[in-house]
Amino acid sequence: MHEIFGIPPQALFGQLLLGLINGSFYATLSLGLAIIFGLLNIINFTHGAQYMMGAFVAWMLLNWLGLNYWAALVIAPVLVGAFGVLIERTMLRHLYKLDHLYGLLLTFGLALIIQGVFRNYFGSSGLPYRIPDALRGGTDLGFMFMPNYRGWVIAVSLVVCLVTWFVIEKTKLGAYLRAATENPPLVQAFGINVPRMVTLTYGFGVALAAFSGVLAAPIYQVSPQMGADLIIVVFAVVVIGGMGSIMGAILTGFGLGVIEGLTKVFYPEASATVIFVVMAIVLLVKPAGLFGRVR
Amino acid sequence: MAEPMLSVKGLNAWYGESHILHGVDFDVRQGEVVTLLGRNGAGKTTTMKSIMGLVGRRSGSILFEAGETIGLPAYKIARLGIAFCPEERGIFASLDVAENLMLPPAIGEGGMTVETIFELFPNLRERLSSQGTKLSGGEQQMLAIGRILRTGARLLLLDEPTEGLAPVIVQQIGHTIHRLKKEGFTILLVEQNFRFAATVADRHYVMEHGRIVDEIANDALAANMEKLHEYLGV
Ligand SMILES: Nc1ncnc2c1ncn2[C@@H]1O[C@H](COP(=O)(O)OP(=O)(O)OP(=O)(O)O)[C@@H](O)[C@H]1O
Ligand SMILES: [Mg+2]
Repeated sequence: MHEIFGIPPQALFGQLLLGLINGSFYATLSLGLAIIFGLLNIINFTHGAQYMMGAFVAWMLLNWLGLNYWAALVIAPVLVGAFGVLIERTMLRHLYKLDHLYGLLLTFGLALIIQGVFRNYFGSSGLPYRIPDALRGGTDLGFMFMPNYRGWVIAVSLVVCLVTWFVIEKTKLGAYLRAATENPPLVQAFGINVPRMVTLTYGFGVALAAFSGVLAAPIYQVSPQMGADLIIVVFAVVVIGGMGSIMGAILTGFGLGVIEGLTKVFYPEASATVIFVVMAIVLLVKPAGLFGRVR
Repeated sequence: MAEPMLSVKGLNAWYGESHILHGVDFDVRQGEVVTLLGRNGAGKTTTMKSIMGLVGRRSGSILFEAGETIGLPAYKIARLGIAFCPEERGIFASLDVAENLMLPPAIGEGGMTVETIFELFPNLRERLSSQGTKLSGGEQQMLAIGRILRTGARLLLLDEPTEGLAPVIVQQIGHTIHRLKKEGFTILLVEQNFRFAATVADRHYVMEHGRIVDEIANDALAANMEKLHEYLGV
């Protein structure tokens, strides 16, 4: 096996791996966006900034408090999630009855402010974050060499996405969430504190973004801009998958990561735009997205 | 005489700028089945939603078991022991039948067991894993009633449970209401079909333009037929 379609297998698998890594971030972030949009009716443009905050909190915990990666993986989502709860309580809750546009504008403005504050304090050059010792090095899989940390990111993202899917689709808590997404007043009338559920859901979606940010810290530089670059692609992913579906967000996220990786191998010139080309085609053929329901 | 279970006084309600209820007064005693009759748009649904706390702005007084509820959010009103079965049934499409049935959390002791609910509505047992909205209209209505019997709520608000259903199913729902009354439930029922209402209720209130305009005991219904025809325009 020297070549596959005229491509050396090392290069092919290497790009596939990169595609899966990117796909992990696309999937986790678009999952959070889908959950938030479903219940809050808000397109959370702050998502990228919250992902960036996750990475920065990890960096601060390590450099200021000496708390390692594993602690950051728990603490950063909790802190950034709490910040999300604050945003929901003080700002977003006033917008639920208005058009999507208001939520989008508010969260977009918040993203710019948050990024500006971080740029002011940390500069825009980016800060390094070490791969934790336990995940250094790599493993020879026979057909390719797999850096351990990258394998970990894919695996843990997949697990987090699937657990989230399971909770939403298969548990009682998830049934409340699905019902409240469809008809919040009726769920209230059953005795469920829907406003609190909305707050916690937003907090959870934000925490998910921050978790992704911690995962990203050792791979990419920790920089104020890291979320802004990513979130544009993630929004394309969400549009392609369709806002309504949890599994749709996960599959589309990983799938598009892989498509992007393969494009880098077969037609590198298009790799930066392929997702947007797919988006345009999907919008023409299926305006509600691949897995979306018209609502 | 004992305090009524539910006592509505001077209830006003608004949807945005439109003033819909203009001082609604009525009460429901423990164990009674009471109907709200009235033409389309009279304000029957709005009255139920106001009791449930689902209308944006309301004023007046709604006492439930002697406690004022007018300022409470819907989820707190529900936890006092009031359950609502909406006119559009409100079956969730993203939940299967079992999930729909088990959705409302128990808010008190003494709810009906799922086994008893299946006894009342045998169709539900066979459709548990179907998507909620794949059920027929009648089955959806059974599900919408069934799921609020589990919770321990003692006052049921049923908004037009017979609307658009076949006669056999209307009959089944009639039997169910009798059975629920016997089990001690108190029921406020909105109906346009007064022939059906007459078979299940103790008293009737007639609504017009956001007010209660008449009260008729069920055994006086026959004597008031002419008046009623006029109220309801049938
Ligand atoms: N969400 C709403 N926004 C504005 N107006 C409303 C709304 N819902 C109902 N209305 C108006 O309030 C009035 C009373 O409506 P309501 O639904 O309470 O009547 P109803 O007696 O239940 O009628 P029906 O027998 O048709 O169910 C009607 O004029 C209706 O148009
Ligand atoms: Mg009505």
